[in-house]
Amino acid sequence: MAKQIIKVEHLEKYYQKDHILHDINFSIDQGEVVALLGPSGSGKSTLIRCLNGLEAYQKGTITFNGKQVEPTEKYWQQVRQKIGMVFQSYDLFPNLTVLDNILLGPVKVQHQSPKVAQASAEKLLDQVGLRDYEKAYPRQLSGGQKQRIAIVRALALKPELMLFDEVTASLDPEMVRGVLNIISKLAQDANMTMIVVTHEMNFAQQIADRVLFLEDGRILEQTKGDQFFKQPQTDRARAFLESMAF
Amino acid sequence: MAHSGINVLFEGRNLIRLFGGLWTTVEIAGVALILGLLLGIVLGVLRTFPNRLLRLVLRLYLEFFRITPTVVLLFLFYYILPRQLGVNLPANQMAMLAFALWTSAEMSDIVRGALISVPKHQRESGMAIGLNRWQLYRYVLIPQAVSLELPATVNLVTRVIKTTSVLMLISVMDVINVGQQVVEANNQKFPTGVFWVYGMIFVMYFAIDYPLSWWAKRLDKKRLERANG
Ligand SMILES: Nc1ncnc2c1ncn2[C@@H]1O[C@H](COP(=O)(O)OP(=O)(O)O)[C@@H](O)[C@H]1O
Ligand SMILES: [Mg+2]
Repeated sequence: MAKQIIKVEHLEKYYQKDHILHDINFSIDQGEVVALLGPSGSGKSTLIRCLNGLEAYQKGTITFNGKQVEPTEKYWQQVRQKIGMVFQSYDLFPNLTVLDNILLGPVKVQHQSPKVAQASAEKLLDQVGLRDYEKAYPRQLSGGQKQRIAIVRALALKPELMLFDEVTASLDPEMVRGVLNIISKLAQDANMTMIVVTHEMNFAQQIADRVLFLEDGRILEQTKGDQFFKQPQTDRARAFLESMAF
Repeated sequence: MAHSGINVLFEGRNLIRLFGGLWTTVEIAGVALILGLLLGIVLGVLRTFPNRLLRLVLRLYLEFFRITPTVVLLFLFYYILPRQLGVNLPANQMAMLAFALWTSAEMSDIVRGALISVPKHQRESGMAIGLNRWQLYRYVLIPQAVSLELPATVNLVTRVIKTTSVLMLISVMDVINVGQQVVEANNQKFPTGVFWVYGMIFVMYFAIDYPLSWWAKRLDKKRLERANG
């Protein structure tokens, strides 16, 4: 049996009086790729942000690597080193070079030796084809390049779980493919455990072992990847897939 | 020609006295700025913390220095505080203290403004790689805030230097104070001397402040260009 990476039980999330997430339950095993799908505003970002403590939740528990997370900032700082996250907006630190963006976590948070950390950062940069840009500043990069660096920055901490929140949604169409390819490779070659929020249905179908379908803050379906796209169990999911018309 | 007003500047030790006064001013402004800017950065960072009580206290601190006119502030530090609290410092140091605290109050607002205008996503992606609060400020927020706040800081420096001229109201040997003495001592001999003495003081302040103002404007323009490009 594969090792369980993360388990969410009875999670409830409110923004003041607004009930955003209702009784969320799921777990993810090592190496699994889960696509988190659902209409805009259904709570995908909120859920994924709860998973690394960027949002507080009011009820329920999150268990990471067999240990229940204590909802304190201190505890989350530990857990976040093991969870990589890439956002929709380009979020590299503009005051640091590409290499320093990548090294900040490994060197300052994990106290790896700078030499060792740099060597592995350069290897990762090679893999995404951006080794030549290590001395560049983020403003000198295109959107697609920035997102590839953001992925490398997250990977440099050697995470056990990666969270991707619509990382290609703000990209020019011609740059989307390159970024998605990197995520696919990560799933296939590195066997990375990941949760992917995306509007690219072809990509989701190709990559997902399992789909969580979210609507109005509730998980309506948890289905095997190929089955979800051929034969969704709920009418809501079917309507959603038709609306995406891929 | 011999009795033309300009000669008041070259009479005896007048010019040296004027420059000595300028030096006192520069010294007071300099020390006050160094202490005030550093303290202001610390207070500005604290003002972005979630603790409400802390934020309220620091906000009141800022408002106090903002509402109180500089002259009143100096009187407070020079005449009232020593008597009430038994603090007894030489006039120069009292002035430095007053200006340093005032500078720190204004600086705290500049720093806070710059820190909260760093986009929320920067803070979150810092947290996402496991930075603690101190590291987040040290490596992400403060470096980005510095370039936002630089023009406003240079402006503040200009204002502080200009405002030191009110020091003539307390018995600090500052430029204008010396100027006044020079004018009075030479009133008989050089009736138009007052014009030259104050003219000289104007030139001195202008020589310090104008380059600073110009620099502040240029920094701001550059920043806007970078933000739009
Ligand atoms: N900071 C916030 N304050 C209040 N409501 C929010 C906030 N962020 C998101 N929401 C609400 O939570 C719901 C889910 O949003 P989100 O998780 O962003 O959805 P999705 O990512 O699926 O598009 C939406 O109704 C949204 O308006
Ligand atoms: Mg979203």
